[in-house]
Amino acid sequence: MALLELRGVSLAFGGLQVVHELDLHVDEGEIVSVIGPNGAGKTTLFNLITGIYRPHAGDILLDGRSIVGLQPHEISRRGISRTFQTLRLFLNMSVKENVMAAAYGHTKAGVFRSMLRTPGMRREERAIEELASQRLAFFGKRLMGYRWDQPAYSLSYANRRRLEIARATATNPRLLLLDEPAAGMNPAETHEITELIGELRAEGGYTILVIEHDMHVVEGISDRVVALDHGVKIAEGSFERVATDEKVVEAYLGLNTMSQK
Amino acid sequence: MSDSTPHGSRVPAEGPAVGQDEWVARHAERRLMRGGVLGSVEERLRRVPWWAWLVLFVAAFSLLPVFEGSGYVRRVAFDTVLYMLLALGLNVVVGWGGLLDLGYVAFYGIGAYAYALLDSDKFGVHLPSLVAVPLIVVIGAVAGLLLGLPSRRLSGDYLAIVTLFFLQLFQTITTNGDSMFGHNVTGGPNGILNVDPFHLFGHDLAVQHGGVFAVSYLYVALGFFVVVFVALRFVNHSRTGRAWRSLREDPLAAEAMGMPVNWLKLMSFSFGAAVAAFTGTIYAALAASVFPLTFYFVLLITVYTMVILGGSGSQAGVVAGALIVSPLLEMLRDGSKSRVIFFVILVAALALAALRSRTLAIVALATIAFGFVVHAVCGAIDSSWIAGEHGGGFAGFTDHWVVAPEHLARWIAPVSYIGVICATLLVTVARGRLRLVLLVPTIYLAAFVWENVMLAKPEPTRFIVLGLILIALMILRPNGLLGERRVEII
Repeated sequence: MALLELRGVSLAFGGLQVVHELDLHVDEGEIVSVIGPNGAGKTTLFNLITGIYRPHAGDILLDGRSIVGLQPHEISRRGISRTFQTLRLFLNMSVKENVMAAAYGHTKAGVFRSMLRTPGMRREERAIEELASQRLAFFGKRLMGYRWDQPAYSLSYANRRRLEIARATATNPRLLLLDEPAAGMNPAETHEITELIGELRAEGGYTILVIEHDMHVVEGISDRVVALDHGVKIAEGSFERVATDEKVVEAYLGLNTMSQK
Repeated sequence: MSDSTPHGSRVPAEGPAVGQDEWVARHAERRLMRGGVLGSVEERLRRVPWWAWLVLFVAAFSLLPVFEGSGYVRRVAFDTVLYMLLALGLNVVVGWGGLLDLGYVAFYGIGAYAYALLDSDKFGVHLPSLVAVPLIVVIGAVAGLLLGLPSRRLSGDYLAIVTLFFLQLFQTITTNGDSMFGHNVTGGPNGILNVDPFHLFGHDLAVQHGGVFAVSYLYVALGFFVVVFVALRFVNHSRTGRAWRSLREDPLAAEAMGMPVNWLKLMSFSFGAAVAAFTGTIYAALAASVFPLTFYFVLLITVYTMVILGGSGSQAGVVAGALIVSPLLEMLRDGSKSRVIFFVILVAALALAALRSRTLAIVALATIAFGFVVHAVCGAIDSSWIAGEHGGGFAGFTDHWVVAPEHLARWIAPVSYIGVICATLLVTVARGRLRLVLLVPTIYLAAFVWENVMLAKPEPTRFIVLGLILIALMILRPNGLLGERRVEII
């Protein structure tokens, strides 16, 4: 059964049809890549799934239940978490606090219990710290040790991307949306992130929907690839099939190139 | 890097790997570089827990009345504690929540008015303090929620305008409350008089004790301060506090990470308002009266100054801000004290500049020489030009340096005042040597204006000085005295 299912989802900004009658499904435990040229509606798709935009038509189902109309934080609690293409870390908070903050949705201590520091609240606080350490430890020595107490702005670009993933996993999601996880990384780091996405599924048990421009990464991780252009799904299937699809090549390179080939 | 360093075991021995930023990897090394006594003292100080600092601070503060018998000084100390409380409350909204709340002092007013209505002859209600104060905290929190409701979808400038409107609304209601639907509720501009003092454990807390300000209120206020400080610190280090700061950093990301942003905004408003209302009760009990204009822009700006100066977001910072600004404003009321402050700041600034570069040292010396020359020339022309009174600290120096006419001609004040502003503008526009040359008469002119014009009107001067200090600080250290380094967008 599909964990996430989009049925005929449409969104327009004024006269611009950004996503048009899109059908998409992601099965439990799958890694699905979304590709497409700039402006194809990939990030908009993520914004629709996470509730930042509300579709004008169609339905989005998580585990068979509609999540359309829910606030983004409610959707996050239902089990969808994401990273952002333009990094959106809490820059003036420490690395560890960035991850700890994301545990808000599945923790309970209220302000009065916090003010009194009740035993239950302290226990929960320890559990949150434990969770944050574990999520950060996933990245090995990259995000270890003394680095946890540093403000997030002191991290390099690649480490900021890693921290975003760590933060997203701290909400305990079932479905992880990664928006261009390899953007701005050098070849070695890109290779590392490719392996890491596989490990995320193997060890964390997350189902993953990923937007990526780097075809090596897409080839390395995807069970299935979906190609978008102008908000319409133009191809779907295995990497080989989609990469050689006429429409996909046309969308990326234009018609003339095809005829010269 | 050897493994014997405290952080060595965590840092990969071979140095930064691919993608590991050099700057961060070498952090531990650089921190340990400061050796010797200073380094070890710094390390020791860093290990002192926060509550030890708090205990030390409160103990030092509460010993003040032992050494200082003057009722005036005690009263200033009490007001400073009130300001510390207000700054702590505002820090929740501005420093953590990142919400620009310009209606903050209205909640202080709501607390004070609520206490005045619940504990005075106005309606003959005299609730016990231990009932009234918690009740008013709740009232404040609810008022904060109510203001938050229409504002929860607003941010930045829009929120500022709505909250400013709320402050104005509070003013309008309290000033016109003497005929609210035919009833006199707030006493209008005349306020509410004869408010009860606090009544704790069977005793009325007297404001005066043998004609001198009684210290009991100072201790009650300090007790309030400890409670508020600790409670807020605990909240800050909980999931709510982290969520507030996430909201300040990036509301969209916070929402996507499962934090209910609208609700968190309401809570932050409510917390700030509760602290302000709490502070209002003790103010009303001490002053025994409340008037609308107490809770207006001057107070709002003062509290904001404290928060910004001390370092918004840092509890210790905003307390330090209150600790500096409140006595400073008091001292500036007095001509001779504010003269000392002015010249100490001037000399310190010149000395600091001189230490930084030789050119600036020459400018400093030239300014001093310039003053003596101008003074001598003016004295030679007409001795009445320099016959003005200086008095107070630095008199020995200023008597020979700043020109002070016996009788100030009417045109001198506005002309010199505008002149110093124009000269400052010219300095900022000029480049190179011209700028340095212009700096000398500008500083001298500023000293002249200070001595002859500004000291004659201490009330506006206080706030001009405060503004100048803020400008200087924002240039030198935009994050405030104790604030963490802030990065907006990278």
